[in-house]
Amino acid sequence: MKKQCVVIGNGMVGHHFAEKFLESSMLNEYDLIILGAESCRAYDRVHLSEYFDNADPKHLQLGDEQFYSEQGITLRLAEPVTHIDRDHQRVITEQGEYPYDKLVIATGSYPFVPPIPGRDQAHCLVYRTLDDLDAIQASANEGKVGVVVGGGLLGLEAAHALTKLGLDAHVVEFAPRLMPVQLDAQAGHQLKRKIEALGVKVHTDKATKAIVQGDQHRLKMCFADETSLETDLIVFSAGIRPQDRLAASAGLALGEKGGILVDNHCRTSDPSIYAIGECAVWNHQQFGLVAPGYTMARVAVSHLTGDGEVTFTGADMSTKLKLLGVDVGSIGDAHAVTPDSLTYQYSDELLGIYRKLVISPDGKYLLGAILIGDNSYYDTLLQYTLNAIELPEYPETLILPVTSQTAPTLGVSALPLEATICSCHNVSKGDICEAMNDGAVSLSDLKATTKAATGCGGCSTMVKNVLEYELEKRGIHVDKSLCEHFNYTRQELFHLIKVEEIKTFDQLIERHGQGGGCDICKPATASMLASIWNEHVHEPALVGLQDTNDTFMANMQKNGTYSVVPRIPGGEITPSMLISIGEVGKKYNLYTKITGGQRIDLFGATLDELPLIWEELIAAGFETGHAYGKSLRTVKSCIGDTWCRYGVQDSMSMAIKLENRYKGLRTPHKVKMAVSGCTRECAEAQSKDIGVIATEKGWNLYVCGNGGMKPRHADLFATDLDDETLVKYIDRVLMFYVYTADRLQRTSVWMENLQGGLRYLREVVIEDSLGLGEELESRMQSVVDSYQCEWKTALEDPSKRKRFRSYVNASQPRRATIELIEERGQMIPARNITEEELA
Amino acid sequence: MNSMTTLTSQWLPICTVDNLIPNSGIVALLNGESVAIFWLPHAETKLYALSHLDPFSGAEVIGHGLICESKGRWSVASPVYKQHFDLETGQCLESDEIKLTCYPVRIHNNWVELQNTQAKSQLAHIQSKDTL
Repeated sequence: MKKQCVVIGNGMVGHHFAEKFLESSMLNEYDLIILGAESCRAYDRVHLSEYFDNADPKHLQLGDEQFYSEQGITLRLAEPVTHIDRDHQRVITEQGEYPYDKLVIATGSYPFVPPIPGRDQAHCLVYRTLDDLDAIQASANEGKVGVVVGGGLLGLEAAHALTKLGLDAHVVEFAPRLMPVQLDAQAGHQLKRKIEALGVKVHTDKATKAIVQGDQHRLKMCFADETSLETDLIVFSAGIRPQDRLAASAGLALGEKGGILVDNHCRTSDPSIYAIGECAVWNHQQFGLVAPGYTMARVAVSHLTGDGEVTFTGADMSTKLKLLGVDVGSIGDAHAVTPDSLTYQYSDELLGIYRKLVISPDGKYLLGAILIGDNSYYDTLLQYTLNAIELPEYPETLILPVTSQTAPTLGVSALPLEATICSCHNVSKGDICEAMNDGAVSLSDLKATTKAATGCGGCSTMVKNVLEYELEKRGIHVDKSLCEHFNYTRQELFHLIKVEEIKTFDQLIERHGQGGGCDICKPATASMLASIWNEHVHEPALVGLQDTNDTFMANMQKNGTYSVVPRIPGGEITPSMLISIGEVGKKYNLYTKITGGQRIDLFGATLDELPLIWEELIAAGFETGHAYGKSLRTVKSCIGDTWCRYGVQDSMSMAIKLENRYKGLRTPHKVKMAVSGCTRECAEAQSKDIGVIATEKGWNLYVCGNGGMKPRHADLFATDLDDETLVKYIDRVLMFYVYTADRLQRTSVWMENLQGGLRYLREVVIEDSLGLGEELESRMQSVVDSYQCEWKTALEDPSKRKRFRSYVNASQPRRATIELIEERGQMIPARNITEEELA
Repeated sequence: MNSMTTLTSQWLPICTVDNLIPNSGIVALLNGESVAIFWLPHAETKLYALSHLDPFSGAEVIGHGLICESKGRWSVASPVYKQHFDLETGQCLESDEIKLTCYPVRIHNNWVELQNTQAKSQLAHIQSKDTL
C-alpha cells in the first residue's frame, strides 16, 4: 500500500511543493493529500491587488485545473485543520481525519494587527486573502476614505488596492519613513514624495493610540501626537506573523518570536514533519517572500525523496516591485551594515529618482543597493551581488543616468553558469543552457520547460538576453530579419512604413532592402501597407505582392478552383438572404457547407465565375467575408438575451457591431472573435483571439486564445466593461498586435513572446504605459473609416475585373479539365477518391 | 473555337502588352496547353513563360503564384503547396526531378507572342477534347 503525505495549506508555497512532488515521481510511493483552509485553490498572492481589476479569482490561480485531478493527488478545500495528532500520526479536520507518514506544514502567515484599542470593530480589516479583499471591497462600496496602517511593502500594495476602489487613500506608518526594512531615510523620503504625487497621503512617525467612532466618517484614528484622522475603513498591514498555531499545540519546537523551527532540510523537531514557507523559521529568521518559500518546498521534496542534496541555508531577500506605479528595488545589504562598507549615491529630486550602491571595503564587490524610480538598473546590480562579480573601475557608472535612457547592463556572458536567473523557480543560467541543449530555442519554449520567468516575471528580460547570447554563442545566428531582402524585423519595417509614409513595396525595398523580394516579404509588406493605408488589393503597385487568395479574393482549393465565403456578421442571416446564397450555389453547382465560424462556404468556383457569383451576392446584399486574408474572419455569437432564457446581454448586437467594425482589417495572421451572452459561453469565446463574455454588469474581455494545432485558452483581460470601453480596449489590443507581432504570428504566440506577457499588455492597453493609446485608437478608426467591400470595388472597375479571366486569349475556362464526382448529392474533386476506392 | 491551332506562323500573338500585369502572371492557351506569362519590368529578362499546370497538385495555378528573387535568380511560387520554379529553366527548386516546360516568349509590335512549337510536355499535357 502507498504511504500518505499530507500537506496543510494550499497557498503559493504549498502549491509549489505539490508541483515539485509530482515532478519527482514521488506519487509512485505516496498519495498526496492537500488540505486548504480557503475555499479557493492556490492563487498568486503577490499580485493580489489585480483582483480589483479583475474580480475573477481564476485569473490569479496557479497552475491549471487539471493539476489537482492528477491520479494520486487529493485536494480538499475549505477544510481547515483543527489538530495534529503526532502520537497517532494523523491530521484532524472538522470533516474527518487523515493519517500521514509524512506531514508538510505550509500554513503561511497571518497579518499582524497591532494591539490598538478599537481595532476589533467593523470596517477594521486586513489584506491577505481573497476573502479579505471581498470584505475590503464591500466596505469601500459605502465609503470615501481608506487608511492603511503600515507603510511597508504590503501596506503600499494595499494602499494601491484602495485607490483602485476609488477611495481617498492614506498610509499611516509608525517608523519615520516608508518601507523601513528595505529603504534608507533618503530613499524612503523620495518614495513618499512620489507616492504623494500620485494622490496617496502618507503619514510617517505616527503611532495610533485608539480607534473610535468618527464624526464625518465611520472611524477616527487618534495618534500619540494628539492629531487624528477620520476614515471609513482601516486596513491593517503592519507585518506578518508565522501561522504556527497548529504546530504549537502539537508541541513542535518554535522560534523565539514564533514560527516553526526548521533545520537545513526544512524538518521540524519531529522528523516526520516538515514546515515550509512563511510559517517556518530558519536560524530564527522568517522569510516573507515567495522565492525562499519555493526554495524550502524544493528542499523538503529533495529530503523526502531521500537524497536531501538540496539544503536551505538562508535566502536572498532582494526585492523589486512597482508600488503604485513607482519602481522600488532593494538588494542585499541595503542599509550598509557591513563594517567599513562604502556607499555611492545618486539622487534627482525633480524626477524622484534615488540610487545607492553599498560596496565592500576593498571596493571590489557590490554588497547591496537601493533603487527608487527606475528599476532598469536592478537586474544588473543583483547579478553583481549574487554572483560576487568584480565591479568595474568606476562603480558609480552603474547608477549614473545614461543619455541613451537605458541602464548599463551586465553582459550575460559575464555570468557564471550557477548564476540564478529566475529566483522564483530557482532557474540558473546553466539550467537555461541545458534546456536549450534539449531543443528549447524560444522564450516561450524556455518558459514551458524551465518555468523561468513564469513566477513574478521580473527576470523575463534577463532570460531573453541569456537565450539570445547563448544562441549566438552556439553559432546560431539570431537572425531577426524578415527574409534575405530585408535586414529588419516586421515590427521595424512597420515602423518605417508608418513614419516615412511608404505606400509601395518598391519604395520600401529601394530604401530599406535589397534584391527583388519574395513570397515572405511581399505578402508581409502588403499586409502592413493594408494595415496602415488600407488601399485596395488590386492597386497596380500592390497587385504583385499577393498570393492567389488575396489577389482573387477567394480561397484556392487543392484542384485550383476557389471557394467563396460571404460575410454573415455574427451568423445572423435573413431567410431571403439564405435563399439567395442557395440560389447562387445551385446556379454555379457549388459544393456548399456551413463553416465553423457560422457562415457558408461555397466551393468549386472557377476564376471567371468569381465576378459573376459576386455580382449576384452583392445584389442580394452580401459583402466579402475576407476568408482569404490574414484579417478578421468572423465574430461568432450565441443568440443572447433577445431569445435565450439565460442570456444577460445582447450578444448578437455586440457581435455584429464588432464584426462590422473590424471587418477588412489586415493583421499579421488571421483573427477570430466571439461573443457569448452569458457565462455558459456557447460561442466558445475563450478559444478566440478576442473573446467577449457577457456579465450582469457588462462584458468580460478575453484575449489571445486560439484553437487549431496548439490550442490556447484566452486570458481574461478586463472585466465588467461597458460597450465603449470594450471597443476601446479591443481597438488597442488589436492595433498593438498589428504594430508589434511577427509575420504570421497568431495573437497567442505573440502574447507568449511579449516580454511581461499579459501584465505588460494590460499596462499598455489599460494604463496606457507607452502613451500609445490614442494613436492606436485613431489608427484603428482610420482603417474602419476607409473600409470598402473589396469585391464591390473590383466589380465596379473594368480594369480590375479583367484579372479574373481564366485565359487572356479565351473567354471561357476549360471546365472539363477539372474532374469532379458526385458525393452525397454534391460535386467534389475527383482526386479525393483513392486509387483503391476506384479499383 | 480555338482558332490559334490553325495558325502556322512561328510566333503567335497572344494579347496586347497592356494585358500584362507587372511583377505578376497572366495565363494563355497555346495549342490546348495553358501557359503562364510573367512580366518583370525591372528585371534583366522581362518576360518569362512556363507551363501553368502545377505538377504537385495537378491544378492549373502556376500563373497565379508569387514572383520571388533569391541571389539574382527569379522564380515563381506555386500557390497550392508553395514549391518554387525557376523562371529561366522551369526547374523546381525543392525537387531535382521536377521541371516545368518553358516557352519562348517575346514582345513584338506591342503584342505579347508565344512561339508556336508543337512540343508537348508530359506534365503540361492536356487533351484537346477538354477544350470547350
